[in-house]
Amino acid sequence: MSTATTTRGRAPARRVTRDLVERRVLAVLRPVVIVALLVAAVFPFYYMGVLSFRPLDAVLQDPGALWPRRGEVDWSTYTSVLTSVDDGGQGFLVFLRNSLAVSLGTVVLTLLVSLPGAYAVSRLDFFGRRQIGALFLAVYFFPAILLAIPLFSFYSQIGLRGSLLGLMVVYVAQTAAVSIYTLRNYFDTIPASLEESAAVDGCTRLQAMRLISLPLAMPAIISNALFIFMIAWNEFLFALLFLVEDRDRWTVSLGLSQLSGSIEVPTTVLMAGSVILTVPIIVLFFISERWLTGGLTAGAEKG
Amino acid sequence: MTTLSQPALSQTPARPARGRSARVREDRRTGYALIAPTVVIVVVMVVLPILWTVSLAFQHVRLINLRQTGFFGRYTVDNFVSVLTSPGFATALLNTLVYSVGGTAGAIVVGLVAALALRKPFRGRGAVRALLLLPYVAPVVAATFVWKTLLNPEFGAVNQWGTTLLGWKEPVAFLTSGEDVGPLPVSTAMITVVVFEAWRSFPFAFLFLTARMEAIPGTLDEAAEVDGATPLQRFRHIVLPQLLPTIAVLTVLRFIWTFNDFDAIYLLTGGGSGTQVVAVRVYDFLISRGNIGTAAAQALVLAVILAVLVTVYLKLFGRPEEAA
Repeated sequence: MSTATTTRGRAPARRVTRDLVERRVLAVLRPVVIVALLVAAVFPFYYMGVLSFRPLDAVLQDPGALWPRRGEVDWSTYTSVLTSVDDGGQGFLVFLRNSLAVSLGTVVLTLLVSLPGAYAVSRLDFFGRRQIGALFLAVYFFPAILLAIPLFSFYSQIGLRGSLLGLMVVYVAQTAAVSIYTLRNYFDTIPASLEESAAVDGCTRLQAMRLISLPLAMPAIISNALFIFMIAWNEFLFALLFLVEDRDRWTVSLGLSQLSGSIEVPTTVLMAGSVILTVPIIVLFFISERWLTGGLTAGAEKG
Repeated sequence: MTTLSQPALSQTPARPARGRSARVREDRRTGYALIAPTVVIVVVMVVLPILWTVSLAFQHVRLINLRQTGFFGRYTVDNFVSVLTSPGFATALLNTLVYSVGGTAGAIVVGLVAALALRKPFRGRGAVRALLLLPYVAPVVAATFVWKTLLNPEFGAVNQWGTTLLGWKEPVAFLTSGEDVGPLPVSTAMITVVVFEAWRSFPFAFLFLTARMEAIPGTLDEAAEVDGATPLQRFRHIVLPQLLPTIAVLTVLRFIWTFNDFDAIYLLTGGGSGTQVVAVRVYDFLISRGNIGTAAAQALVLAVILAVLVTVYLKLFGRPEEAA
């Protein structure tokens, strides 16, 4: 006690200076850290864009240039990466079509499966509804490579390997669990009394779900759809395992990774492909940022 | 509505009970019908495959004789013996541990720094926050490709800056040098992939920690400030204790995901230069060697070790979901 009072008696002068020093250092450090983080997060994507517009020999001479020199800007990388293989290009247009088909298909199928499921888990009392959440979460933590082996074997046996539909089904199984989880949380926030009054007015369960709860859950459904789209668009391992043998079935991710291994395709052309792969995701992300940041964390929060 | 139904209720007290139980039964049936598609797809595409992996791990299965293989075959433990006795597996396991511990710690530390730096509002903070999430949302193939290009020893920008601006004597082979750095068995390439993983997943930690930080009542901090606590003391004694449960959850999640990660290492180094993790090794056995049985055995061992590590962690540090 006595030591406490003595330190308190002595403290003000020393503490104020320590406080001041810390404040000054932090006042300098804070903007420095923010700028450093911004550069680290954004620069690689900026560089990707710059490289896609520069001619290859200029890049080889001066890879560190931060912007294309005047008169250097070159759009031909984009035409070259998009035109079909028969016309001497890399055929990314086909990859884009495949990626789009798989991602949109996954979104539609997942929502068709998970919306009723999430509604049931949120609203209806049935045996095992608590356990089902745990089962689905367990799915989320299993190594994808472990599932890859039997699925690869199974698809090889039944001849589904190499089909976009087969890939879609795998994606649905991977995303349905998270989708149910986040949608369930949203359904929980919609007062059940709204549906009860609809039931009093003569609505059946399914009508009440379709007419009352689904429209109210639209924001969550849209953010969920975007989240699933991004997962399917970015996915690499299963695309690699199932589709690698047939170039006409490659997704953009798979195409870029396969071609980046060969020396024949110029890096600048592949950078254009990289931009084509990344831009849709960045655009979607900035459109939906507010919704999505909720979605990204919601999957792992306690429910 | 209520005025109409109330007299009906008071007149026949038995009916609502029967009505309710009918409704309960109907709800139960509807519930099963609505959840059935999800259960079917998860069982067929996840649960059965896991069981089948177990079955494959106990059989001699190669890509060539796959068509003759069923669920019940001639079971043997040969695969496990060869997996556990091969030196490559132990190395891969060690690499996996280094990669996941390093990647997890890096992501959380950088995420915490970012969350603290952006704690006080300023103009454009929303935009900065959104931009910091880019590494996490961008496709992994694009991110690895641009980093591979940047780090290329011959015509990569980083080595050009290093040799011309920073005075490096020679270019650094960031992704292809398998030589150990320092006394630990960690290669340059391993450090690079760990840094990449921290770069890619720090936004996830940043997002979580920011959300938690905003829930801390400002009065606590203000009171401490009035009492003369310096900024670092306030962080140490007020903010950090509030964040610890969130950090615990993040540690588990990031560790599990990095432990299972295949994409980043496969795309950056292909598992070469001392970066072969178990997931990449499983892929090699499956595709390059066509040895499905051994691949399955390794994947199972990986999953079991992960389960053990997570269980031990939860036992040591309590159940983070409850704390959070």
